[in-house]
Amino acid sequence: MIWVDIIVQGILLGGLYALFAAGLSLVFGIMRLVNLAHGDLIVFAAYLILVGVSLLGLSPWIAALVAAPVMFGAGWLLQSLVLNRVLGKDILPPLLVTFGLSVVIQNGLLETFSADSRRIPAGRLEGASLDLGVVTVGVMPLLTFASAVAVILALNAIFYRTALGRAFRATSDDAVTAGLMGIEPNRVFAIATGLAMVVVTVAALYLGIRANFDPSIGPARLIYAFEAVIIGGLGSLWGTLAGGIIIGVAQTVGAAVNPEWQILAGHVAFLAVLLVRPRGLFPRAVD
Amino acid sequence: MLLETRGLNANYGQFRALFDVDFAVAPGECIAVIGANGAGKSTLMRAITGVIRNAPGMVLHHGVPIGALPPAEVMKRGIAMVPEGRRLFPSLSVEENLLIGGAARKAAGPWSLEAVYDLFPILRERRHGPGTALSGGQQQMVAIGRALMSNPELLLCDEISLGLAPVVIRDIYAALPKIRAGGAAMVVVEQDIGKALSVADRVYCMMEGRVTLVARAADATREAIHAAYFGAAA
Repeated sequence: MIWVDIIVQGILLGGLYALFAAGLSLVFGIMRLVNLAHGDLIVFAAYLILVGVSLLGLSPWIAALVAAPVMFGAGWLLQSLVLNRVLGKDILPPLLVTFGLSVVIQNGLLETFSADSRRIPAGRLEGASLDLGVVTVGVMPLLTFASAVAVILALNAIFYRTALGRAFRATSDDAVTAGLMGIEPNRVFAIATGLAMVVVTVAALYLGIRANFDPSIGPARLIYAFEAVIIGGLGSLWGTLAGGIIIGVAQTVGAAVNPEWQILAGHVAFLAVLLVRPRGLFPRAVD
Repeated sequence: MLLETRGLNANYGQFRALFDVDFAVAPGECIAVIGANGAGKSTLMRAITGVIRNAPGMVLHHGVPIGALPPAEVMKRGIAMVPEGRRLFPSLSVEENLLIGGAARKAAGPWSLEAVYDLFPILRERRHGPGTALSGGQQQMVAIGRALMSNPELLLCDEISLGLAPVVIRDIYAALPKIRAGGAAMVVVEQDIGKALSVADRVYCMMEGRVTLVARAADATREAIHAAYFGAAA
């Protein structure tokens, strides 16, 4: 019975990692851009929500709703003004720029909010749990997982059912020919990064409610996100969810065996999957 | 003139690919651009569509300079391209490939999904499959249909017979008169001189980045074309 519980908790934890990773996966899938500041942007969004909660007295959900369009705008500007200038055949410039951005965001947050660790208060929901008979699950982890599935369903619907999604896929396939079809790749990229920042806001909400955060924790979150994206198969959104779940389950199982092994077990699972499937679980047919 | 280039020069880095090219298309006209490999035909198409940026005044659309516009802007003005090698989007189905051709420019005209399917009925059967699963000729039909979906004023066809079997080429060329009947002007870039002349009103021959012959298709003699295509008369 305890193992069922451990696996279920691991799957739910995987939802959080999938949320961290979905924005990364989206951006990588469309423009082959690896955003090293992704984790710091999540922390940035968490502070944005915290400001809404503590200064304006909003509930965390409303604060996230307000923060989402702000983050969309920030992502749009970041892509239009900075990242579009460094995208190209060479993958090094965007890596350097986003690495620099990561340093800037961390220090900016440190200046503004100090190094104290903070938490987004969510009232009674924080400790609430649900007895499912076999296992008891926390309401927050359950909400996190449900949100991860909802985010990935929504992104897939955008990708495969809308004109915007067609433009995303066409630009990702062949940006020059997309231009001949009247699509401006730079605009498509700006919208994609804006969308990724909306997903980042959702991830930030759950990160901030479930655990303490401070300005320096971004890169550690980035590692889990990367691992989820890579073992899922680069650019596949459902693969990203699967990748998050694998890492989540590995971590809870590892922690059950020995609490010191939690983090390690996640990384070992990551390496083990790569050993068997070097291109990830669901690699894209065309690359 | 619907489209004109004046003294068009184009470079790939240090390499000069076009020298002072003067080129013109009148509304509704069909132009053949012929020449050997490397003569500059595709470069001319890339310069017109904005894939290669030029000085603004080197390309004129109804007298308005468009030489420095990005491809998306040129396309929205009604100049659609069937690129060399077809260049279908592999992540999109046949129908999505067609839809994306008409998404950026909403212009009134004869072309729609239904009209394209009527022109190339095989595409209707294959519309939900991926474009890459089609034969070369069918892919070319998708590429042409995709360009038509924007109801262009001018349709540029770059090497639409390249790599296709003769019987397939005949099917593709059989569709061109129907496309012209829809009112669009056309530029057909070809290495196959006979095919190109069979559909064109006028012919431009290029060699080594220069226009070496401009003539009415009916008046162009074999000798004149031979000289313009291969260089100084033997």
